[in-house]
Amino acid sequence: MFHVKHYAVIVIGGGHAGVEAAAASARLGSRTLLISLDTDKIGVMSCNPAIGGLGKGHLVREIDALDGIMGRAGDLAGIQYRLLNRRKGAAVQGPRIQADRKLYRLAVQDALKATQNLDLLAGEVVGLLVKDQKVYGVELAGDVQIHADAVVLTSGTFLNGVIHIGDKRHVGGRMGDRPSVRLAHQLGDLGLQRGRLKTGTPPRLDGRSINWDRLEHQAGDEHPVMLSFLSSVPAVRQVSCGVTHTNEKTHEVVRANLSRSAMYGGHIEGVGPRYCPSIEDKIVRFAEKDSHQIFLEPEGLDDTTVYPNGISTSLPAEVQEDYVRTIVGLENVKITQPGYAIEYDFFDPRGLTDTLELRAIQNFWMAGQINGTTGYEEAGAQGVIAGLNAALRVQGRGPKTFSRTDSYLGVMTSDLISRGVTEPYRMFTSRAEFRLSLRADNADQRLTQSGIDLGLVHEGRAHAYHRKMELVEAGRADLDALQLTPTELQARGVKISKDGVRRSGLAVLAIDGVARGVLDDLAPTFASLPEDIRQQIITDAVYAQYTDRQKVAADALQRDEAVAIPSDIDFRSISGLSNELVVKLVCNKPATIAAAKQIEGMTPAALILILARIKRDGVKRAG
Amino acid sequence: MDTIYALASARGRAGVSVLRISGPLAFETVRGLGVETLPEPRRAALRRLSDETGPLDDALVLLFQKGASFTGEDVAELHVHGSLATISAVLRALSKMPGCRLAEAGEFTRRALENGCLDLAQVEGLADLIDAETESQRRQALRVLSGAIGRRADGWRRDLIRAAALIEATIDFADEDVPVDVRPEVNALLDTVLLDLRQEVAGSRAAERIRDGFEVAIVGAPNSGKSTLLNALAGRDAALTSDVAGTTRDIIEVRMDMGGLAVTVLDTAGLRTTDDPVETLGIERAVQRAKQADLRVFLDDGNPLSLGPIENDIVVGAKADLTGVGVSGLTGQGLDQLVQDITKYLQTLSGQSSTITRERHRLAISNAIAHLESAQDELISKAKDEVAAEALRHGIFELDLLVGRVDVEDLLGEIFSSFCIGK
Repeated sequence: MFHVKHYAVIVIGGGHAGVEAAAASARLGSRTLLISLDTDKIGVMSCNPAIGGLGKGHLVREIDALDGIMGRAGDLAGIQYRLLNRRKGAAVQGPRIQADRKLYRLAVQDALKATQNLDLLAGEVVGLLVKDQKVYGVELAGDVQIHADAVVLTSGTFLNGVIHIGDKRHVGGRMGDRPSVRLAHQLGDLGLQRGRLKTGTPPRLDGRSINWDRLEHQAGDEHPVMLSFLSSVPAVRQVSCGVTHTNEKTHEVVRANLSRSAMYGGHIEGVGPRYCPSIEDKIVRFAEKDSHQIFLEPEGLDDTTVYPNGISTSLPAEVQEDYVRTIVGLENVKITQPGYAIEYDFFDPRGLTDTLELRAIQNFWMAGQINGTTGYEEAGAQGVIAGLNAALRVQGRGPKTFSRTDSYLGVMTSDLISRGVTEPYRMFTSRAEFRLSLRADNADQRLTQSGIDLGLVHEGRAHAYHRKMELVEAGRADLDALQLTPTELQARGVKISKDGVRRSGLAVLAIDGVARGVLDDLAPTFASLPEDIRQQIITDAVYAQYTDRQKVAADALQRDEAVAIPSDIDFRSISGLSNELVVKLVCNKPATIAAAKQIEGMTPAALILILARIKRDGVKRAG
Repeated sequence: MDTIYALASARGRAGVSVLRISGPLAFETVRGLGVETLPEPRRAALRRLSDETGPLDDALVLLFQKGASFTGEDVAELHVHGSLATISAVLRALSKMPGCRLAEAGEFTRRALENGCLDLAQVEGLADLIDAETESQRRQALRVLSGAIGRRADGWRRDLIRAAALIEATIDFADEDVPVDVRPEVNALLDTVLLDLRQEVAGSRAAERIRDGFEVAIVGAPNSGKSTLLNALAGRDAALTSDVAGTTRDIIEVRMDMGGLAVTVLDTAGLRTTDDPVETLGIERAVQRAKQADLRVFLDDGNPLSLGPIENDIVVGAKADLTGVGVSGLTGQGLDQLVQDITKYLQTLSGQSSTITRERHRLAISNAIAHLESAQDELISKAKDEVAAEALRHGIFELDLLVGRVDVEDLLGEIFSSFCIGK
């Protein structure tokens, strides 16, 4: 079947992390193989049929800015577009879509097939080939070995996955799939710290049995905002979601059967996320609420399945039917697949470097849920980082890391590797301290040029980006050249105090409530630009004032991020460090001074001592 | 790189104190203090420092050029007269200089290290000092805020976390079941904190103490000899003493001079459980006042008390005339030692180290006030939630030393326990 038994990079797993990892590696020009249990299931959305949102939408834009797949595939499958926080500032707006599952999966698979340097293979990876602490390939079931210079593992929930429905349980990584047990053992043997997490899904409903007439409907935005910088309009027909609510009767049924829930019956040891509670959790923890909202999300245009978002559960199948049927609109509903909870292994991400490479062995990266995260977007974003860096290594080039100051990619990486996880990690905009600069609208301005420089971005996108930036620069220059007095501005209806300060056109348009066209007659170039470019220029100007204020903090952080702590540093031999700190440092292995600063209990004096040691060792080596 | 300044000379009382300024604007900053002719580098010269309020001090000014200084950057040293008032005034003037800020602990050393001006051995020596400074800052933070305001710091933390969590909930969980308009609650929370902060900065508590005197409370069980001790300290019969337990129901205050510091010694009701409602009231007041005092002297006669000593409080044996150890107001035994201990502690409170810490707090609190006010403005008048959130985050960060570090996890914890998130 193979022409080659050797690849530059092998990616294990065809979920969202694996897809982006394989595509990134191949885009960079490395011969890449993606191995999945079932190649037809590559790109499957195994949880809710939605992509994007707050923080998550930012991640999708960043993946897209680096020419990843998620945004474009999403736009080919988007059946409803909503820009969240549309009425708030651009920094906290997140694009989100409901996706047609099948269209999304096919769009991903098409994109992979169209990617040069990339092969897909159906197979089960049962082990890694490791020699002298270096990974050199994988072993497949059936005694097949494939060699590679670098391996990226994105096994999702498949490591020791156990599915629970009530008191019934079976092993599996996703409904209907096998778990990877042997691989889990091998990784455990490497001494990696393993933890257990859980997540849940709701029952899937047959949309034909829903009484839609009794429900409220939520339509998409009138002016849809795309996920990808390259898309302009939705590709397929747009639909609405239904909205309904649980009621006292629903809660009674759930309460009466709590002990039969896998979670409340004590069958589950894994930790679930606080932001995605099951219906059992909601009713126990928020007993005072007599109703919870449910979104009925269509899974596709020619798919009758409906995903009832808000009632994930691990109750027995028959109880699920009982409680679902108490809900308005669902009185006669048919469940096509019961909801379930899934427990799986993850590995403590503090064992990873800032490129998501495992420290314990070389040439081995991990991305996605295996690192303790949740969500397609978080997985895809890690996939880009891991795949990109695996290819860079193979090509003998230096690593590409991301900073908290330039991207959500950087925020997530730094959070994961320096703080670890206690519940599945999901991105929120509140995690990004430079949120006002890290916007979904400027992801391309933040990342695309570096992607182009790396060779990660196709010519088409590079061209589109350069064209856009030319227009943005032209419009900016046009506005910047204007110098207007308060009197002139007042004559134009701009509400401004007579402070005698002349303002540039950019500064004027950045003022709250000033109409976009108020200077059009003075700035013909700006006036002639397309609306989206004009908006971009203004958004950039509005936030520039805050970005400047953040600059000192951002510079300080970048300085700390730039000071690498060598992996072979011996913290124990640094005199003056407290034992307690030494233990934390040895355990956390911070890769930079910025990461060391994050460690609880770190003192300025300890940082100085570590810096001094780095300095001394650096001098010794150089000499 | 910004320009930083701090007190560089050792803590404790001294005739001369050295303020160090390092960074690209170091020389410019000295000029900003009214020094028209800068001395030649490495030549000390007497110059008058002044700000818009007038002259601050006649100081020795010493400049070191980039590459030939402690940090490797341009450095200016101001050798000023070591009085509290002078140091405070110069620090305050520096805080107003553009591009100039108070250094963090260890920041000079880090710059020196990064510019290759220190070897490892020197750094190890300095690390101890930095540690001591960090620790002293932490303790000072608690001390300076001792009393009623200090105990409110926990409340500030709670209120600020709640306020930030409310804003973040409406941002990050806009599509979830969270309140649509949190502005009134956030505004009220910020009002509460701001009220305290403004009070604090208007009359910095420790500064008031130096002016108005410190309070020392004598605490002990009934009949443990508190009033007798007070009388002995004061040298007159200020408090009524008898050997009937529970004689002192009101708080007796006696002002005295200890080592040059104004001190008010409080004699409080003996702490015990009693059925007498009047005495109970007296005891409650005693506990309250004792907690607010700058220092407590516990007279230990073996009886359990409802109030325990905290760090730096003094505990001595009661009635040494009977037991042979401790202090006795009756015979004067141990009295000199006690006065010495009290004086020593109060001097550290009023000393240079707390001057710099107070200045740090004053800056932190003023900055916090500005950020929180801007958060209110952005939220209420401009409805820019994300900018308000940013201002609030900066405000909380400024108060770090006083309320402890507030992390995104603290906010998420508050959000997830208040609202049912997750659809």
